[in-house]
Amino acid sequence: MTRTAIHVSGVGKQYLLSGSRQQHDTLRDEIMAGVKALVGKSETETANREFWALRDINFDVAQGEVVGVIGRNGAGKSTLLKLLSRITHPTEGRIEIQGRVGSLLEVGTGFDRELTGRENTYLNGAILGMRKKEIDRKFDEIVAFAEIEKFIDTPVKRYSSGMYTRLAFAVAAHLEPEILIIDEVLAVGDARFQARCLGKMGDVAKQGRTVLFVSHNMAAVTSFCPRTIWLDRGHVKEIGSTQGIVTRYLQHGGEDSGHVRFDTAAAPGSDAVRLLGVRTRNGAGQTTNTFGTNERIRVELDYETLRPTKGLRLGVTLVGSGGETVLSSKDLDVFDPDLARPAGRHISTCEIPANFLNIGQFFLSVGSDFPMVQGHFNVDRVLTFTVEASADMVGGHVPDSRAGLIRVQLPWTMESANGVGTQSSSD
Amino acid sequence: MKIVTDERLPKDISAAPLSESQKTIIDADRGLFSMAWGDLWDFRELVFFMVWRDVSARYKQTVLGIAWAVIQPVLTMIVFIFIFGRIARIPTGGVPYSLMAFAAIVPWTYFSQAVSRSGLGMVKEANLISKVYFPRIILPLATTITPLIDFVLAFLFLTGMLVWYQVAPNLAVVFLPLFIVMAIVAAFGFSLWLAALNVRYRDVQYLIPFFVQIGMFASPVAYMTSLVPEQWRLFYELNPMVAVIEGFRWCLLGTPAPSFEMVGMGLLTIAIVLPSGFFYFKATERTFADII
Repeated sequence: MTRTAIHVSGVGKQYLLSGSRQQHDTLRDEIMAGVKALVGKSETETANREFWALRDINFDVAQGEVVGVIGRNGAGKSTLLKLLSRITHPTEGRIEIQGRVGSLLEVGTGFDRELTGRENTYLNGAILGMRKKEIDRKFDEIVAFAEIEKFIDTPVKRYSSGMYTRLAFAVAAHLEPEILIIDEVLAVGDARFQARCLGKMGDVAKQGRTVLFVSHNMAAVTSFCPRTIWLDRGHVKEIGSTQGIVTRYLQHGGEDSGHVRFDTAAAPGSDAVRLLGVRTRNGAGQTTNTFGTNERIRVELDYETLRPTKGLRLGVTLVGSGGETVLSSKDLDVFDPDLARPAGRHISTCEIPANFLNIGQFFLSVGSDFPMVQGHFNVDRVLTFTVEASADMVGGHVPDSRAGLIRVQLPWTMESANGVGTQSSSD
Repeated sequence: MKIVTDERLPKDISAAPLSESQKTIIDADRGLFSMAWGDLWDFRELVFFMVWRDVSARYKQTVLGIAWAVIQPVLTMIVFIFIFGRIARIPTGGVPYSLMAFAAIVPWTYFSQAVSRSGLGMVKEANLISKVYFPRIILPLATTITPLIDFVLAFLFLTGMLVWYQVAPNLAVVFLPLFIVMAIVAAFGFSLWLAALNVRYRDVQYLIPFFVQIGMFASPVAYMTSLVPEQWRLFYELNPMVAVIEGFRWCLLGTPAPSFEMVGMGLLTIAIVLPSGFFYFKATERTFADII
């Protein structure tokens, strides 16, 4: 007997672009807007531009089904998650949910830096909807999963960021509702821990729970979810068997122009920093998503600080098409950790050197935080670009295709037994 | 803390068969009366955890710790003794000025703490609101309860003062719980309004300290209601803390009982502020995550 766990009919969510959110945050603004409207300098047309983050969404999820949700950034995935988790309400339509919902959109929500690991486990568990008894029962398991037995009674502000995220994930992963809504950003930490996170999610899926899994990781979606919903610009583009959809989605993925801009209403960010856009430029300064192997790639983060900040950190992570992380880079590697930024718009550029990446498709993820204090945004796979063979790439006259994600020129030396033909790469 | 690990427990108690009662409907327009009371009950432990977090995180890394809960009102009292007791020589009807003042400072400190914490509380938890679902009303509820801990400690100090001054409360003391409840309900009513307003208009956070300061002078904290001119009395008594404070003094110090109209006017304000605050909160809470 299959019953419907989630029934979504005609759901839409509208945001006012520069209306309530941006310009009228204070009474004065609202009054001024009213005055301007009276005087005739009406701003209402531009001020109330509507933006449908989601529209006409219809689908059903049967009990025990594991469904993937894919789509590019800004396609409405996060909005859908927020609607299903009751964080925000639809502007139109109706959602019926049968059973207790647990949603994990972010790990560590509600952690208090002053409290110990033990205290935070209980607090965070309660925030996620767990009962104290339930946490008591799972406590040992959680601590063991997070591998922080020795530090459980230490305030989390003394934790390394790895310990912090491990504990946060461990609590979240032990939530056992009937319907689980998870965002892939949950898979955190080092590669080993990430694999365990995904494994844990796979276990959850196998336990007969209804799961909605939002991800950019096509390998994970394909292995966990028989069925997938593909969202595109706020609409359902396709629903059906994962295999076919993922294939078509990946083919469709090449529409990128090397530039992503965020509408102010949908801009990822916090009360301090907001991401406005990300672009990739070549050495000539052109915005593009295709680079030769011998070209440097300039990754530009366009962002706004809403107040003067100090110690802001920006980071870029490069991911290969198979989901392997190539590298991450943080601007604090080179900047003064106390670098002050005035309020306003900034562009930070990170340069990936020429002759570094191998031929292939790459994803860029970007993030920003005040280290250990507050996260501002973390946009996974915000852009994709392709590295192609460039004319001078062939080393001499030997056809040059190589394995691996990077193609760095390494120093080579050679010594011959008779001592005559010594050669090194510095020659 | 005892950790229970019992292998006999089912691995997953929550995967019990579904019942109709667990059906959730999320749609565009829900009436104002559609409070999800069941949810509030399900999340009751969260109220406790929020209070517990605030209390335990609050005085960490302070030398005097929880003693601040008593030191703050005592310092206020000392200032009052000098300004109003010695210099202005406010009449107290035979009760020592320090007792008269402290019996008022204790409930007033609770009220002002509850109201200011609630007003700022939602914005402080912005991240929580935009990432997790829980009945939003838990936040003002918790911030109204948290200062009760400080209240209890300050009240114990007040009891100590009664013993020191050898003032024995009369039978009226049985009414004291009613005045405490009145203070809590009044604080919750104002908290709902301020919490919801501050999500939308951050101006509110700048108005709150002002509101609290004016409120202290508009309540008989440093003086007694008998000093207020007769023709202003009814208007003055609209402030529910007037009845609460005079009630405290009556119950503990044996000063004249608050009049029926005093209590009535206070209750009238509560009867307006609490339901309207509740409905305003309900009406705006669905957009909290979008605008916070």
